[in-house]
Amino acid sequence: MTTRERAQSILLAGVGGQGILKASDIICTAIMYEGLDVKKSEVHGMAQRGGSVTSHVRYGEKVFSPVAARGEVDVFASFELLESLRYIEYLKHSSKVILNNFRVNPPAVNLGVMDYPENVPQLWRERVAQVEVVDARSMAKEAGNFRAENVVMVGVLARMLPVKKETWERVLEEFFPGTLKDVNLKAFYLGYRFSPA
Amino acid sequence: MKALLSGNEAIARGAYECGVRFAAGYPGTPSTEILEEFSRYEGVYAEWSPNEKVALEVGIGAALAGEKALVTMKHVGLNVAADPLFTVSYTGINGALVIVSADDPSMHSSQNEQDNRNYAKFAKVPLLEPADSEEASRFVKLAFALSKEFDTPVILRTTTRVSHSKGIVELKEPEPYVDNRMIELNAAKYVMVPAMARQRRLEVEKRMQALKAFAETFPENRLEMANPEIGIITAGMCYNYAKSQFPDFSYLKLGMVHPLPVQLIRDFASRVKRIYVIEELDPFIEEQVKALGIEVMGKERFPYTGEFDPGIVYESITGKKIPVLAPPDVALPPRPPNLCPGCPHRGLFYILGKLKVFVTGDIGCYTLAFMKPLEGLHSCICMGASIGMAHGMSQALKEKGRGKIVGVIGDSTFLHSGIPPLMNVAYNKGEAVIVICDNRTTAMTGMQDHPGTGFTLQGAATKAVSYEALGKVLGLDSVRVVDPYNLEETERVLKEELNRPGSSLVISRRACVLYRREGERKEPFWVAEEKCIGCRRCLDIGCPALSWIDFSGLPEGSYKKVAKKQKGRAVIDPDACTGCSVCAQLCKSKAIVQG
Repeated sequence: MTTRERAQSILLAGVGGQGILKASDIICTAIMYEGLDVKKSEVHGMAQRGGSVTSHVRYGEKVFSPVAARGEVDVFASFELLESLRYIEYLKHSSKVILNNFRVNPPAVNLGVMDYPENVPQLWRERVAQVEVVDARSMAKEAGNFRAENVVMVGVLARMLPVKKETWERVLEEFFPGTLKDVNLKAFYLGYRFSPA
Repeated sequence: MKALLSGNEAIARGAYECGVRFAAGYPGTPSTEILEEFSRYEGVYAEWSPNEKVALEVGIGAALAGEKALVTMKHVGLNVAADPLFTVSYTGINGALVIVSADDPSMHSSQNEQDNRNYAKFAKVPLLEPADSEEASRFVKLAFALSKEFDTPVILRTTTRVSHSKGIVELKEPEPYVDNRMIELNAAKYVMVPAMARQRRLEVEKRMQALKAFAETFPENRLEMANPEIGIITAGMCYNYAKSQFPDFSYLKLGMVHPLPVQLIRDFASRVKRIYVIEELDPFIEEQVKALGIEVMGKERFPYTGEFDPGIVYESITGKKIPVLAPPDVALPPRPPNLCPGCPHRGLFYILGKLKVFVTGDIGCYTLAFMKPLEGLHSCICMGASIGMAHGMSQALKEKGRGKIVGVIGDSTFLHSGIPPLMNVAYNKGEAVIVICDNRTTAMTGMQDHPGTGFTLQGAATKAVSYEALGKVLGLDSVRVVDPYNLEETERVLKEELNRPGSSLVISRRACVLYRREGERKEPFWVAEEKCIGCRRCLDIGCPALSWIDFSGLPEGSYKKVAKKQKGRAVIDPDACTGCSVCAQLCKSKAIVQG
């Protein structure tokens, strides 16, 4: 009918407490510093610790919608395996998928009522062109704190974004002043230099 | 300087930049962050009022005294504030008054998805609707200017997607504060007895006519002419969804949704072949455009319910389904919202479930106690409803309901709208037991202070309401306090109160585990493998820190059976456990131990 707007769409997903909203704030700030337009969207409120969390990020010369349409996401980073499967309809064959090889059991699995899905990376390989499986939590521990898992994921994603290395460093220094800086820079670079096996 | 701001942060910033120094509100998703953000600016006065009606009246007072006043609330809050809204429309304001109504299409965090654009029409006040953070910051300034110019309250309406999305906002140098404060005597304008209200009623109609004329040239009612085949009339976030999918269509983008610019709409209609009106929830614009005799497509194509997204807009206009990847053939275990580990509500609702009483509930985290396995709450309508409903049920049921009806309400909700109904229980000789879940904060919206916490929004120490004393002066026959971490005490006291004639108030007091001032974390508990018989009793409280290890999938010798037919055992996540001890009190084999 007509062309859609020319913006790129990123989707982040995971579980409350994994630092997803902070990760998308970091990404948006870096894109803003590169002079591009950027918007992001997530819903707060009843999503408490342990609930499903998503954050949409869209960037380009001019961005209208802060959320992607179904089938429109270019890069998808899921911080938890099962969570990735909830958003399949947002992706397309050409999407790039980053999976954190990490599992948080939902209550129904904890209580032995439902099974946690097996072979999540394989399910994705059957559907999209590029799947990277990352052990972000172990890399964060290697950097000095497992909580920096989100920054490792930002690092992995950063390789696919039009943002200079110096800009990432500037943003990370703003987000993590003082003693937190070193761990997070290290975590970022572990992700940034990650090469899939 | 550019900054990445949420719609809510942008409203606070915009208000501050145009010299607003006075704000009041009551927390409620998705509006809460506006006031939290505003309260941190230099030299401002900002308060959490006990409810939205009070907040609006505080705002009216400040405006009467010459100030520019900002009042914030969620959509259902405007129901509470509707009474003053409809009459301040008559009196007008002296300074300036902007009411933010943050609507919640799709009910991400609300009990309904009412469309508050209807209030603007109903109360005869103008309404502006921003589409993103940049507009939010600009529109709040326009709203204050409009309020001043037309001597009217102005509603600034957002939706969750505008309030909670972030975008780039150019920060401006704040205008200096202009002190216009005064005391003005003007009974004809401010005393709404019938004779004077009739005069002001005429002024309201004159104002609406003037606003209609203003809307025609208001620059935020914007024509974007492109492809003449298809025209879109829209406002707010829907504009962005449509533009992202159909950048080449022609648009009439409305910044002011009430009153509508009739001539501009006619002009637009004459320049395009076919028109779609894209709006979430009610056909508010659509019906008015159709009433002009203009043919448009609206709810014939678009959903009446829920929030839209770019995909819904695309599919509704093209009639085509977006192709999506094949879903995997696996059931995905959900992650429903749940009471936190160590939540003080858990013990209380476990006991209420055990007592098999009907529990009228209210708005707060504890509403989640309706779910399995607790199932300890059986109704939820609106803020404060629990007490009136419990009283109504018990008066209707009489002896059939004796000892079977409990009304449960949180501390912030009680102070919001629970005092008149509690007074009513005493006054009309009610029998229902009313429980205040006093977790010392407004937990669900993110730990806001209220008149019971002893602190103000801006962090000053202040007086704190005593629920015990209040219960007594209102005339309740019995007022008791329990610790919901103590199951034995909670059960005993509730039973005594249910079995006693007369009205009673039970205060279930224990701070929210996330509350920074009083919440506490103790040593976590753990399950002693050699004692757990796998009875699953501890799992009855639905604590996220507790889970079940099924022996069937484990290799022989990697687990110990204590009871003969044992199928598994409980286990506690030490990182999640706060040491509240409720599960340990339930364990008959004393397998749950601390330290």
